[in-house]
Amino acid sequence: MSVKTLSIDGKMVTGMAGETIFNAAWEAGIRIPRLCHVGGVSDVGACRLCLVEIEGYKKLMAACMTPVEEGMVVHTNTERLRAHRRLILELLFAERNHVCAVCVMNGQCELQDLAAEAGMDHVRLRYRFPKLGVDTSHERFGLDHNRCVLCTRCVRVCDEVEGAHTWDVSGRGERSIIIADLGEPWGRSESCTSCGKCVQVCPTGALFAKGKAVGEMRKDRRFLKYIVTAREKHQWIR
Amino acid sequence: MTVEELVEFQAREQARQRALANRIYCCTAAGCISCGAEGLRSAIAGAIRDAGLESRVEVCGSGCLGLCSKGPLVLSSADGALYGELTPSEGRLLVSDAAPSREPLARKRLDLNAPFFTRQLKIVLANAGRVDPEKLADYIAQGGYQALAKAVTEMTPQEVIEEVKRSGLRGRGGAGYPTGLKWELVARQPSPIKYVVCNADEGDPGAFMDRSVLEGDPHRVLEGMAIAGYAVGAEQGYIYVRGEYGLAIQRLQMAIKQAEREKLLGNRVLETGVQFRVDLRIGAGAFVCGEETALIASIEGKRGQPRQRPPYPPESGLWEKPTLINNVETFANIPPIITQGGDWFASIGTETSKGTKVFALAGKIAHTGLIEVPMGTTLRTIVFDIGGGVPGGKFKAAQTGGPSGGCIPEQFLDVPVDYESLTEIGSMMGSGGLIVMDDSSDMVDVARFFMEFCMDESCGKCIPCRAGTVQMHDILSRLTRGEGTAEDLRLLEELSVLLRETSLCGLGQTAPNPVLSTLRYFRHEYEAKLAPGGRP
Repeated sequence: MSVKTLSIDGKMVTGMAGETIFNAAWEAGIRIPRLCHVGGVSDVGACRLCLVEIEGYKKLMAACMTPVEEGMVVHTNTERLRAHRRLILELLFAERNHVCAVCVMNGQCELQDLAAEAGMDHVRLRYRFPKLGVDTSHERFGLDHNRCVLCTRCVRVCDEVEGAHTWDVSGRGERSIIIADLGEPWGRSESCTSCGKCVQVCPTGALFAKGKAVGEMRKDRRFLKYIVTAREKHQWIR
Repeated sequence: MTVEELVEFQAREQARQRALANRIYCCTAAGCISCGAEGLRSAIAGAIRDAGLESRVEVCGSGCLGLCSKGPLVLSSADGALYGELTPSEGRLLVSDAAPSREPLARKRLDLNAPFFTRQLKIVLANAGRVDPEKLADYIAQGGYQALAKAVTEMTPQEVIEEVKRSGLRGRGGAGYPTGLKWELVARQPSPIKYVVCNADEGDPGAFMDRSVLEGDPHRVLEGMAIAGYAVGAEQGYIYVRGEYGLAIQRLQMAIKQAEREKLLGNRVLETGVQFRVDLRIGAGAFVCGEETALIASIEGKRGQPRQRPPYPPESGLWEKPTLINNVETFANIPPIITQGGDWFASIGTETSKGTKVFALAGKIAHTGLIEVPMGTTLRTIVFDIGGGVPGGKFKAAQTGGPSGGCIPEQFLDVPVDYESLTEIGSMMGSGGLIVMDDSSDMVDVARFFMEFCMDESCGKCIPCRAGTVQMHDILSRLTRGEGTAEDLRLLEELSVLLRETSLCGLGQTAPNPVLSTLRYFRHEYEAKLAPGGRP
């Protein structure tokens, strides 16, 4: 496999052919913001937070979907990109009911961290305040649609790593919603193996473990490491 | 049938039609059917039976005859007269030879020397009024399937591609990618399995070009696809047609069956070694499925969502195989290019945009209908000469390209209609919908309407489109109610840039276009609506 050399934010970086800009940057210690990407499962390029500028490209490219090329010059943190990221985060906060003060994930939430990093200290858009349900029918876990950002990490980890494909998306646009099986309450899902992978990869408090106090509510990052290892050893079905 | 049999069949059918005293074509496109064409057609058929003229006079269907606002339309081939707004009893008079009985018809006769007809040039719609869309024999009589015969017997796939390249044909779906180059990209892929897909998921509000072509001349599209299949090395084609187009689906199914029965499609095309099968895939009502990667996902049976490009479909498309995706109108242009040559086609149109373009005229215009004009025709010719102008009002703007396009104000009426010029003035060619607005139209409300459409049709995959269209619609609604602020207007512009630059697919990237173009030309209307003060 050939090695590609490129420049990311002025730093010379090497990556293997076929590797994404996101991974090459990550390994070189350059952190590109991301929400839908999670190591170990396929990428969809949906959150648009990891968009980068590549010299000679007309469009902004999703770092998680674009393979490295020899001699590429990539900028990951320009003023234009920072402005776009802030506005995307504002859109997310305004879309559903993200109220940090009363959320079990306060202090552990990736969405909250992204907003802090991006310097998004207030939202200029009107909050939509949709009325969405909470599914607590599962014995051990719960799903609060109010906190869901539709990153589909749960959908992909359930399909690609656990092989159950319990989760999917129903509806479209603003009315998109994560469903178990064909819209069953989670507790009645016949395909769910209760493995809890979805809960661990969820970036916000949308998927949570029941019976834990706020202070204990911490997603297990080793779990993600396990998924990455599984990917390298081809221990999943796709 | 073999190529020889095809030529014989053509001669036989032409002779049969020539022997008729009259052949009466009833427009059976959706527009005329909705104003009573079926009843009119059976009345004429009844009159023929009553007069015992079955062997000399024939009534048949026809593709869209264009002037939809005067439907139902009937074309009488004996004297070449076109009649509009005929009632069944008037239709019966057409059958009679006696001149006096024809007098009441005279005032229903349409002037074929009017600019509506003379300013048009019909290539894609050439068979309207000549071919009954439900009869293969009619299509063959007009030289149908001879382009395919010429391609598979006299030309190599590379020569077919060269001919298409020479024609300068560009994609009629809206983006205008050179068709020949796209074909070449697919042809060059080494994969043994490739696909040809016809995008018939026409979804722009007010657009009905592809629908008319499919309903009026389905065989033409099949022939174009088969030629494409031969050129790029594909043996399977799919037509992805939206589920709302019931009549188009029915006629396509019929056409595919007829063509397969006569071995014009299938395992032995024209009894040669060439294979090409076509299947229909019916969309379930999502606008985004007109985006090629979402269309592919939908054909594969997955949720109709776009994915990141590259890889582009010519490299990795349907089931990850090289896939050629062209629009209905693009395929319909192929047979004449093959029979008459790429140079002939390239002689029509402008430097960069060759051939003709079909437009669906809608909105505040006298002659609502379907037209085909050479590229480079000015908007003024289309709206005022062909379209007959704006009844009882003053022209304000024309919207092209549907929810992805923009509004063209009065000062650009003399801009030639081609891909580059329209993009330059902030709109786009789009698939051919042309909505005319008069001075009673509120441009902020127009922008709000198109944003509502994009909001409803967003698939929800990427955040800028899913949440951004909702916020933009919210701001536009506030503005139309007179509750918007200057800060709202600034946010609207900021969101427009965000959507254009960061959305995953074309739907989101172009969703702000109606807002941007109305802001560019009608900013005063936005500002007049800012609170306090409300609407002027």
